[in-house]
Amino acid sequence: MRYRKFLPRILVHALLLISVALVAAPVVFAFIFSTQTPAEIFRYPPQFTIGSALRENYSIVWNQYHLGLYMKNSLYISVAVTIGKTIVSFLAALALVYFRFPLKGWVFTFILLTLMMPTEIMIVALFELVTGLGWSNSYAALIVPFLASATGTFLFRQQFQQIPVSLVDAARIDGAGPLRFAWSILLPMSFNVVAAMGVIQFVYMWNQYLWPLVIIRDSSKQVIQVGLRMLTSGQDATNWGIVTAGAIVALLPALVVFFLLQEQFSRGFALAEEK
Amino acid sequence: METHAVYKHRWLPWILLLPTFVILLVFLYYPTLETFRLSLYRVAFLGLRKTFVGLANYRELLTNPTYHQVFLNTAVFSALVVFFSMAIGLFLSVLANQKIGGRRFYRLLLIWPYALSPAVAGAIFLFLFNPQAGIVNYFLQAFFKVQPDWLGQPTLAVGVLVAAAVWKNVGYNVVFYIAGLQNLPGDVLEAALIDGATPWQRFWKVTFPLLSPMTFFLFVMNTIYAFFDTFPFVDLLTQGGPNGATNILIFSIYRDGFRFLKTGVAAAESVVLFVGVVLLTILQFRLGERRVHYGG
Repeated sequence: MRYRKFLPRILVHALLLISVALVAAPVVFAFIFSTQTPAEIFRYPPQFTIGSALRENYSIVWNQYHLGLYMKNSLYISVAVTIGKTIVSFLAALALVYFRFPLKGWVFTFILLTLMMPTEIMIVALFELVTGLGWSNSYAALIVPFLASATGTFLFRQQFQQIPVSLVDAARIDGAGPLRFAWSILLPMSFNVVAAMGVIQFVYMWNQYLWPLVIIRDSSKQVIQVGLRMLTSGQDATNWGIVTAGAIVALLPALVVFFLLQEQFSRGFALAEEK
Repeated sequence: METHAVYKHRWLPWILLLPTFVILLVFLYYPTLETFRLSLYRVAFLGLRKTFVGLANYRELLTNPTYHQVFLNTAVFSALVVFFSMAIGLFLSVLANQKIGGRRFYRLLLIWPYALSPAVAGAIFLFLFNPQAGIVNYFLQAFFKVQPDWLGQPTLAVGVLVAAAVWKNVGYNVVFYIAGLQNLPGDVLEAALIDGATPWQRFWKVTFPLLSPMTFFLFVMNTIYAFFDTFPFVDLLTQGGPNGATNILIFSIYRDGFRFLKTGVAAAESVVLFVGVVLLTILQFRLGERRVHYGG
């Protein structure tokens, strides 16, 4: 069976190459101008080549604007949430799938309903709550509220349900309790989901903006995305080399994670859709 | 499903669920309910004095023209972001799904901006569309002799925000549409081919209807994105201006709640947004179930 071509092959390639270039253009331009001095940026016509301020601009955003510190903070909270949420979700899914207990339907609904409660919606009340706990300006404010989620629980639940029942039956007959079964059989079989969820959660936390913006006032605890805001709203707003250098620095980690782990990324997406 | 549940224990499952319960209860359920409660109060002195005002905050939303504009902005902005993200996403997916060499390569290079944060995208677009230094105006000047003041004009400012939000999110739609295209039943497409349908007819009469479950799923996800994740774009690029033209609900909540210290009004706005999300979710579950039957 031969499909009649929707479009000539050469045209498809051309359109795709143009699209790929358009998609990349903003970041490519940002990188080029992140290497230029203000004078180089404002000259006419602009030069689309590496300028003379590459080291200077990046060293300024890293040290003077503390993006290095903010990166460290972002890394810290992202890793903490990724690990914490994985453990918490794994345990909850273990209970939901492998145990018989009363009110299970209600528990399920209780977790499911939180899908409709993004942090942004309740930002005012959450701010009052976390401030009341004395957590403003602390990492706890950026970590603890994100340690559990319906998405994480349901990702593991789905994975567990695809594992043959015979495995758990065999484990039980051999006298393995639920925790032993979870540790020696379930966990090793779930590494795919762990990796997929890890990537998605890491990027999700790395990209947090509104919540850190309102709850963190002490700039030594601030995260990278809000640090970027300081570049654009500072007195140096016209030094576009600094702004673009900051953007490039802030996008690198998530982009590296994406390119290294793109399979997990796609799989995480697919899982998230099925839930 | 239930066949997996082989273990029975009086308290162990509850211990396993405890961390999830505590977090969801304290940091999701409680603040959500508290938002409803706060929306009935006027809060003064940084939350120290609360006065019950009934539905006055909602009346404010209904009667104050500022909020009419916010709702209208939110609807227009979200509609534009959703439409263009999905239309461009579908177009690129169809292209990247043609039987040509280098498909994986193209796919990867089309989706990567999805990994970037809205703040990064916002900062980059702030530079690109800067009237003096921005590269967009350089090209416009060179080819068309115009230098628009992008963020100073209401319509243009909305356009820049939409462009930034769409650029960041197209990749997400490409991921899902390509997956959807690859899962289409080949026999139906073949039947259409044998019936002599043109490629154009094949796409609109066969492929597109078959993709409708995916389109609907993406509609919901893109709407959620437009409602919430676009805050950094507004915050970095326009601060709601000029003249409130880009003040969308999520930004208005932030501004009322944390700058104008109108906690009650901000809470009422949050409730409106919450109702929107609940309606979307209900819609998703209703149609989501039907879709299982579609797929057979």
